[in-house]
Amino acid sequence: MAIPRFWREIPSRYNLIGTECGNCGKRYFPPRIICPQCHRKSFGKMKNVRFTGSGEIVTYSVIHNAPKAFEMQVPYIIAIIEFEEGVRATGQIIDCEVEDVKIGMKVSPAFRKIGEDGKSGVIYYGYKFKPA
Amino acid sequence: MREVAVIGIGETKFGELWDKSFREIGIEAGLLAISDSKIKGEEIDALYIGNMSAGRFIDQEHIAPLVADYVGLAGQNLPATRIEGAGASGGLALSSAYMAVASEVHDIVVVGGAEKMTDVSEVYAQEILASTADQEWESVFGATFAGLHAMIAKRHMHEFGTTREQLGMVAVKNHKNGALNPNAQYRREMALEVVLRAPMVAEPLGLFDCAPLSDGAAALVLCPLDKAKEYTDNPVRIASCGQAGDFMALHDRRDICTMDATVVAGKKAFKYAGIGPSDINLAEVHDNYTISEILAIEDIGFFKKGEGGKATEEGKTALNSEISINSSGGLKARGQPVGATGVAQAVEVVRQLRGEAGDRQVKDARYGLTHNVGGTGASVIVHIFEGGV
Amino acid sequence: MEVGIVSYGAYVPRYRIKPHEIAAVWGVDGDAMSKGLGIQSKSVPGPDEDVITIAVEAARIALSRCKIDTKDIGSIYVGSESHPYAVKPSATIVAEAIGATPDLTAADYEFACKAGTAAIQTCAGLVGSGSIKYGVAIGSDTSQGAPGDALEYTASAGGAAFIIGSENVIAKINRTCSYTTDTPDFWRREGEKYPSHGGRFTGEPAYFKHIISCAGNLMKKQDTKPSDYNYAVFHQPNGKFPVSVAKKLGFTKEQIKEGLLTPVIGNTYSGAVMIGLAAVLDVAKPEDRILMVAYGSGAGSDSFDITVTDEIEKLNRNGTQSVSALIKNHKFVSYATYAKYMGKIHLRGA
Repeated sequence: MAIPRFWREIPSRYNLIGTECGNCGKRYFPPRIICPQCHRKSFGKMKNVRFTGSGEIVTYSVIHNAPKAFEMQVPYIIAIIEFEEGVRATGQIIDCEVEDVKIGMKVSPAFRKIGEDGKSGVIYYGYKFKPA
Repeated sequence: MREVAVIGIGETKFGELWDKSFREIGIEAGLLAISDSKIKGEEIDALYIGNMSAGRFIDQEHIAPLVADYVGLAGQNLPATRIEGAGASGGLALSSAYMAVASEVHDIVVVGGAEKMTDVSEVYAQEILASTADQEWESVFGATFAGLHAMIAKRHMHEFGTTREQLGMVAVKNHKNGALNPNAQYRREMALEVVLRAPMVAEPLGLFDCAPLSDGAAALVLCPLDKAKEYTDNPVRIASCGQAGDFMALHDRRDICTMDATVVAGKKAFKYAGIGPSDINLAEVHDNYTISEILAIEDIGFFKKGEGGKATEEGKTALNSEISINSSGGLKARGQPVGATGVAQAVEVVRQLRGEAGDRQVKDARYGLTHNVGGTGASVIVHIFEGGV
Repeated sequence: MEVGIVSYGAYVPRYRIKPHEIAAVWGVDGDAMSKGLGIQSKSVPGPDEDVITIAVEAARIALSRCKIDTKDIGSIYVGSESHPYAVKPSATIVAEAIGATPDLTAADYEFACKAGTAAIQTCAGLVGSGSIKYGVAIGSDTSQGAPGDALEYTASAGGAAFIIGSENVIAKINRTCSYTTDTPDFWRREGEKYPSHGGRFTGEPAYFKHIISCAGNLMKKQDTKPSDYNYAVFHQPNGKFPVSVAKKLGFTKEQIKEGLLTPVIGNTYSGAVMIGLAAVLDVAKPEDRILMVAYGSGAGSDSFDITVTDEIEKLNRNGTQSVSALIKNHKFVSYATYAKYMGKIHLRGA
């Protein structure tokens, strides 16, 4: 991944910064510039908010056939998490055995390496989730 | 708006076409469709090509004029346009062509769909497929394309009791159909035990729950319905086209187990065609994963939500049963050259409606439907075709 | 001004490997190794963990326990001998991840196993001089021993973060002093993956001399004796050295028990005494007095005379974030998995 492209997303990747519509109060992660509910009324009214990252697993899969960057981690778990604030995000579940993961399981956020540009490139950090 | 007909079809064999380049397969399908329709090259007004990622698969962008050039039409300054909508690229190329003819901008239009996927490693090809999901907020975390569909499957199993066996039966049925299709990548039947025993790709999806990586191209020739008989004895009418979109990332969708874009695109297509799901005799649906076919047959309205797995198990989607789903073998057995898919689906439906499908002919078929998906459901396009016109 | 610890957090990865697993690979007697080093298991970082992720986890735990505004953090120092980057600070990433940027100073420290305590000293100095309100001192390592080397049985991963300040101090730093010489007992040359060491030379002239001198100097300056301390935490490269040094200095096994973690998590290098201190603070009561002495090869020792205050009762020390909970949450892995996680398996290039 290109460095500036990752760098721009650091607030969201490290600290789960999303947005809240100043018009209707609905929250979004990742950040949105326009509220899909309020459209024009939300222009310039989207405020940054920080999500806790705690929530529960809506669905998941155990990945066996992985992209190059994830080869060392197979088998690993990916899941869609519903944060306690009601917003959903996709991420990896760590510190959990593949046989223990379940729909409805409570998770909390963790800070991990999420990728790197090869051995000599930049390391990318961000959120993953672990059993709460 | 005027009525539009398909007057020519052509497709290459799908599979690992090591000895053929992108331009060769594009030309092969195009020439087959042109010769099938008895049109002359100079009559063609425009070319639309569905292609997902030539830029990454073969390091070549701007592929529409490339194909026009090598088909021998560059000299007539033919307008050629590439359409990209991930897995729905082919279907979107068809709808663009359809609208161009329906709106009287063009008369004779060739629609192509092509993808050359085996010039890169399988791992890289899977990464390219994953880029049709949200690269920044899904793929970057290791959510592969199969993994995203696996999460749909897991949730579907959780909510409706769909079983791993029912998923496998989609593959079994499509392989059975594919065995009857001379152009299919896999022309062999596959036992359920084999599907279930395959190594896991993304739980609960095993290797044989996933459509393969393929090379291939397909093409159609369209013209106004009232001129169709000048070019063919057996025109097929495009009864309607419905397209819909949705949130890019799976996690943002209203319901993980429903592809809302399919529901909306299907409703539009049925409305414009003036018919309903029960009028459809055969459908080519986007079975890039076994779970995808189950979602498709529910969301188009052939079966109730949650009953797609059961319907498959009961044989209701088999050839010449309640509704023939993926008579070609689908993406699963016919193969999945991504950008070609939507066009190849139309080729199969037209072939069936003409009564030219040989051993896999759907009896008394009048209406056929194609359902083509981009990403995990952010783009969906549905076409309905009518034969015997 | 009273300068001390405002909050703290420790983090230990959940994977563990037993010395017997390692010994079996090299045809060595596992029981003998385990006994000789005083090691029952050591921690292993997951494939997505490094010094920075460990530092962030520890710092976030420390912040979650107190109510300080992250914008009041004026300095972050991350001490480690296994920073993921040779050039590019770990501290900036940690600062960003805990929301302390941009108005602060940040830097990485390296002093073998005592880079973390050097960070505490710097933060204490900045707080004491009134230059900053809070400083975050972190010791974190994912140290590697060369395959088959004695270090492979002990070199492990973990870290701890201490928020240093002068308000709501839970443990006052009465005094810190250091003892530094040029003693080449352990090193890693630039570009080398694994460290080298002087074998038995790492003992008497290195570890023992520096810790005993440094602890002695501190007690002399403070006019204290071993029995004045409720707890003592000594650097713990294996399970034997700290027990031995405690005895030589006149401390009992009871005094060092709480902060001696190497037998179960291995030597976490820059994290070692700091996780030990965290374990002590997890159970300490107001007025308890703690002696902490770090040792870093190359060589030097930092000693600290600490007194726990009433404020500690207000800190949330329970739950999954205590050191004992971290130690309890573990999974043993095979040498094969360990080799995979530690990057010892060479994959083909991209």
